[in-house]
Amino acid sequence: MISFVLRRLASAVPTLFIVVTISFFLMRFAPGGPFNLERPLPPQTMANLMRTYQLDQPLWRQYLTYITNAVTGDFGPSYIYKDNTVAELIAKGLPYSLELGFYALLVALIGGVLAGTIAALRQNSILDFAIMSVSTIGVTVPNFVVGPVLTLIFAVILAWLPAGSWGDGSLRFLILPMIALALPQLAVFARLTRGSMIEALHTDHIRTARAYGLPARTVVVTHAMRAALLPVVSYLAPCAAALLTGSAVIETIFTIPGVGRYFVLGAINRDYTLVMGTVVLVAIFVIVFNLVVDILYGLLDPRVRHD
Amino acid sequence: MISMKLNVRAAVLLGSILIGASPALAETVLHRGNAGEPQTLDQAHTSINIEEFILKDLYEGLTIYDAAGKIIPGAAESWTVSDDGTVYTFKLRENGKWSDGSPVTAADFAFSFQRVEDPKTAAGYANILFPIKNAEKANKGEVPLDQLGVKAIDDKTLEITLERPTPFFLELLAHQTALPVSKASVEKNGTDFVKPGVMVSNGAYKLVAHTPNDSLTTEKNANYWDAANVKIDKVIFYPIDDQAASVRRFEAKEMDLVYNFSADQIERLKSSYGDQVHISPTLATYYYAFDTRQEPYSDVRVRQALSMSVDRDFLAKEIYSGSQIPAYSMVPPGIETYGEPSKADFGTLSQLDREDKAIALMKEAGYGEGGKPLEIEIRYNTNPNHERVATAVADMWKNTFGAKVSLVNLDVSSHYAYLQEGGKFNVARAGWVADYADAENFLALSVSTNKTFNYGHYQNPEFDALMKKSYEETDAAARSKILHEAEALMMKEQPVAPFLTQADLWLVASKVKGWQDNAANQHLTRFLSVEE
Repeated sequence: MISFVLRRLASAVPTLFIVVTISFFLMRFAPGGPFNLERPLPPQTMANLMRTYQLDQPLWRQYLTYITNAVTGDFGPSYIYKDNTVAELIAKGLPYSLELGFYALLVALIGGVLAGTIAALRQNSILDFAIMSVSTIGVTVPNFVVGPVLTLIFAVILAWLPAGSWGDGSLRFLILPMIALALPQLAVFARLTRGSMIEALHTDHIRTARAYGLPARTVVVTHAMRAALLPVVSYLAPCAAALLTGSAVIETIFTIPGVGRYFVLGAINRDYTLVMGTVVLVAIFVIVFNLVVDILYGLLDPRVRHD
Repeated sequence: MISMKLNVRAAVLLGSILIGASPALAETVLHRGNAGEPQTLDQAHTSINIEEFILKDLYEGLTIYDAAGKIIPGAAESWTVSDDGTVYTFKLRENGKWSDGSPVTAADFAFSFQRVEDPKTAAGYANILFPIKNAEKANKGEVPLDQLGVKAIDDKTLEITLERPTPFFLELLAHQTALPVSKASVEKNGTDFVKPGVMVSNGAYKLVAHTPNDSLTTEKNANYWDAANVKIDKVIFYPIDDQAASVRRFEAKEMDLVYNFSADQIERLKSSYGDQVHISPTLATYYYAFDTRQEPYSDVRVRQALSMSVDRDFLAKEIYSGSQIPAYSMVPPGIETYGEPSKADFGTLSQLDREDKAIALMKEAGYGEGGKPLEIEIRYNTNPNHERVATAVADMWKNTFGAKVSLVNLDVSSHYAYLQEGGKFNVARAGWVADYADAENFLALSVSTNKTFNYGHYQNPEFDALMKKSYEETDAAARSKILHEAEALMMKEQPVAPFLTQADLWLVASKVKGWQDNAANQHLTRFLSVEE
């Protein structure tokens, strides 16, 4: 097991390196640069800026400098948020995204699995239809609709909850963004659980368990659930990576000071270093969560054992 | 009954948000929706107005804009100008102090201006101060910084020497790039001087806290020379870039001021909030540039015809819901030293007459129906409104001239990079927001030597000569006359077709007093008050 983890972590290094290299050059192929603004800069100001940020150097040299610095944890200055380095921006924003994303993940996972299981056990009942209809809506209605609708109802009309901002970080500030963030994922978890649970309930070993007269609760919770959770667990990795690194849409709608918006802002503004920083961040999350999921798989599925 | 209970609880909660963490009930707080996260709080790097609103509350330049957008003395209480208009001597306020209690000195200003021109600083707006002697050379690294024409005569006297008379110099000094920094603080803290807890400022407010993308909090600066007249104790700027979200937060009474909202909300907001909705024409022009290097746009008749046939009223009313105003001049109205701009002749005609005239001109030039085919490509930067404008314009040109019009859009960076690097095009969208309230700022865009901004490479020696003459003229009235002549010539030739004068949209809660709309879009918190 330990050697498996070590091997996987070792293989993460070349993966990260390839991701960084590809993104570095892809980013530079986009036309324009960080200082081509709606208001163009005079040539000499541009020259001063390019020199200051070493963008006047040949691309291969910039690449080497970037890689060398990145290894030591220096991701360079942000070109748009000039008072900060990329590392500072991510360090400031990540705790907010992590906290909100973690709550959203919990809500989505617990809510989704619960709803999916109930729907599967009451297959084709009205309850099943209701849960599946709601989750279809959850998947199809984008969060830039859900977010504003929630604020409109709970902040503007009812005035129960704040319309936005992190505030003091208390629950009432986080409820709306958390629901908006969790809803689509909750719906996915519900659908995945329902499907695999129905399948699991029809397998031979469950039939055998039932034939032995085991109580329904034991059959569902200890036997069927284990098999039914496999697809849920595989979806957990990309879902956790996405939720924990923040959502540009939710953060913008609710003015949450997280890192999600930097993906979009960085790309639009050609803030090369900021984009690279966020790419590295997401890559690390994806790698780590894939590893976690593989370990979980080993625990859940006897056919998968990591030696 | 239940809902009432909840409402009472909600009201208490809401009240506690509005009052903030501090229990001091007497404290007045202004909640400003500020349309986006400031990219920097360094006067050398700032470039956008959401930074300007914050920086001008924190710092005070030699001159400032009052609530009506007029230039008045700021950190300088008075000044004299030499007869030839090239030497300005500023007398700083005796009681001018930094937020740490140390005096604001002429040396601070000299240091600040040198810092902006230092090539190592790479200030984005270094060119704002180029009228100062040797500024441009120092910025290019051709002369040492101490050669810059800014001299501290004594602690409170600052002498600025210019390259040439610059009639709008006092406006330039009110730009956020010309705000001072504390020499002692920058020398001690380096680039960290902008951080909360470190920043030392000389304006009505001081920086208390800043969480990027959440809020920026300032508090009244007790050391400010006019602190007795500053009525608001605390200002919280919220960097909300989602316009719909900022409107919802205004409606939820979480914001007292909101800058920028979507134009399609104007009617709805007006019916609910009446005169809390402000549409204030600003010094910004939305225009299309013609590439005068190529046929048929090198033909003045083609340019006139194309410009004339665009129904500006339609663009303003239908696309921008009245949040923009039809424009027939490059210089927007509202510049005190310029007065009414020189408009294109066709501005006075009805749209039907314009179309007839346009068809005749186009025929004369030999294009369109019955002549050479007219194929036009409109380039614009990706944005739903720009797309709607381009689609409408394309339709107008199709209907009027039978032109074949195609649309190309690129994201903002790519669009402007292409134009700036001299890329060829047919017609391209552009916008210009004034750096300072002077007509020259708009007209200089079309001077032939302006390699960066003259996208269409318009060349007219007569226009260039008029502009040159305007720089040499020190008499304000005579200068204004020359600039009017230059604009009249430009509007006749239409190297650019101005479509709209833009407007700033503000939501101003009725409890905010002292607010005045102004074309310069200047709204210092020190001129405002809040009445509960």
